[in-house]
Amino acid sequence: MSEAMNDQIAENEAKFVDISGVHKLFGSGKSRYHALAGVDLRIAKGEFVSIIGHSGCGKSTLLNLVAGLNMPTTGSVAVNGKEVSAPGLDRAVVFQSHSLLPWLTVLENVLVAVDSVYPDKDKKFRMEEARKYVDMVHLTAHVNKKPAQLSGGMKQRVGIARAFAADPQVLLLDEPFGALDALTRGSMQDELTTIWEKNRKTVMMITHDVDEAVFLSDRIVLMSNGPAATIAKVVEVPIPRPRTREALLEDSHYLEIRKELLHYLIGTGMHSAAA
Amino acid sequence: MIMNTEKPSETGKSPLKANGNGHQVLSERPKPMVTSLKTVMTKMTSKPRPAAILPIPTEDPERTARIRDRARTFIMPLVAIFFVGLFWEIYSSGQGVVLPGPIKTITESWKLIAHPWFDNGPNDKGLGWQLLFSLQRVGMGYSLAAVVGVLMGILIGKSAMAFKALDPIFQVLRTIPPLAWLPIALATFNQANPSAVFVIFITAIWPIIINTSVGIMRIPVEYENVAKVYQLRGSRYFFKVMLPSAAPYIFTGLRIAIGMAWLAIVAAEMLTGGVGIGFFIWDSWNSSRLTDIIVSVFYVGMVGLALDRIVAKIASLFGTRGD
Ligand SMILES: Nc1ncnc2c1ncn2[C@@H]1O[C@H](COP(=O)(O)OP(=O)(O)OP(=O)(O)O)[C@@H](O)[C@H]1O
Ligand SMILES: [Mg+2]
Repeated sequence: MSEAMNDQIAENEAKFVDISGVHKLFGSGKSRYHALAGVDLRIAKGEFVSIIGHSGCGKSTLLNLVAGLNMPTTGSVAVNGKEVSAPGLDRAVVFQSHSLLPWLTVLENVLVAVDSVYPDKDKKFRMEEARKYVDMVHLTAHVNKKPAQLSGGMKQRVGIARAFAADPQVLLLDEPFGALDALTRGSMQDELTTIWEKNRKTVMMITHDVDEAVFLSDRIVLMSNGPAATIAKVVEVPIPRPRTREALLEDSHYLEIRKELLHYLIGTGMHSAAA
Repeated sequence: MIMNTEKPSETGKSPLKANGNGHQVLSERPKPMVTSLKTVMTKMTSKPRPAAILPIPTEDPERTARIRDRARTFIMPLVAIFFVGLFWEIYSSGQGVVLPGPIKTITESWKLIAHPWFDNGPNDKGLGWQLLFSLQRVGMGYSLAAVVGVLMGILIGKSAMAFKALDPIFQVLRTIPPLAWLPIALATFNQANPSAVFVIFITAIWPIIINTSVGIMRIPVEYENVAKVYQLRGSRYFFKVMLPSAAPYIFTGLRIAIGMAWLAIVAAEMLTGGVGIGFFIWDSWNSSRLTDIIVSVFYVGMVGLALDRIVAKIASLFGTRGD
């Protein structure tokens, strides 16, 4: 491999997700709304980045731009050196409202992604592949259930299994645990870290939970309030991995980062996002 | 049986899907009264038990209440039918009333009731044949309307342009009474049978088109996003996202359509002639067989009810979103 090519690869990995100068406007005329104003963000390959901001500031809008479900008004979004122009399997999304297809079973919902990744493989191979991801989120006993028969946490796990089954380069999580109770949320976070430690995907996650962000992320991106929201601050999380909750409490960085985040959020908004 | 099929369609869910465990749900579903009574009877007659356990009704008060409730839902309509028949009989026996009463209807038209499948050539067939010919026309027109209607509905549901272009036309066409199409159809096809089928088609198609397009337009954004991100395209999108999501709407359209089709066939056949229940009624009127008309009208109602139940049953099996 030539020197130039290696440089190119290294550059792509440093800014695997490359959001630059992005503005997003919704609507036109009087109902025109300036959602994002000049967002610049680079995420390296294998990095876990969380985005925190007050409700309605434009976090989902930003995530949808990377997913390709939405296009920037000006500026550009690129993943692995390629301009994002449409949704694709290289950028799997775990949706805020689990978004499972209710008429399909757990396995079939995961197969939706597997079938797209391996359209040419035989049925047996695809079934095994789907089962692998169902096993990964510990739903083996529930493969043939419909979403309506699952608890909120189980549904979210199917969503995660589906996203991983797409074998994406970037994982986009939009408040994946937002609808869960604190206890389930904790165990889901643990599960996500173990899965992530095994196959370090590049992750962009939206959350409202400061502790969740600190526990999971390498960097935390704070967004200013809308309209015309942008990135206000980026906080590094230099806590060594693998992380455990107990160790986290001992870590000197932990309280410091937590304080910094809360300080920012309480200072910018009337609602405490930490609640 | 009627109330059994009604239940799932009311809630818009198949009970099988609601609980997943088929056996559990099936045992919960109300059984027809006859079988329930039979189980009670066998329990009471075959009793090699001590007398102390004999009072079975107190065994499960909820169950007996349910049986009583079910018995009422069967008995009350029978009581109502009895009284309607009674008043009808009394009215008909009045001075100068032409309308035959129920007893006269049954006795005079007994041949018709008892032998639905007699066949004395093309102009003299039993009621079974008459209904079968009508059902055949309805079946052809309705199936055609279902296929074309669903496809058209998908087209205008998916394409904003097609919707803008076609919706105003559909809104006008759908208000045209079915029989107004008949002269146009006769002029076009020059034959009675295709014309009747066409009238059924044109009657049934509007509710199917309109409901299907609404169902397609109301596919939740979340499902559309899942399809986009996980690359569900073509037939996979059609069968895994679009059809199941729109199914409840499509089946609503199909159910409205079957009722309208059956309403239209009788009127259409009266004008086109040939074998079929509509012309049979018209023919009976021309030869002053009033009791035959009453029997036929009764059969028309029963078949219409059966058609509606069949489509409702199919809808409850397939037409649920499962959430
Ligand atoms: N399709 C759209 N049309 C018009 N305005 C929109 C659209 N999508 C989002 N917006 C607006 O853009 C702003 C940002 O929305 P977004 O969904 O990104 O917020 P968010 O940060 O994800 O909020 P939350 O934390 O509540 O999910 C909101 O004010 C919203 O009203
Ligand atoms: Mg959001």
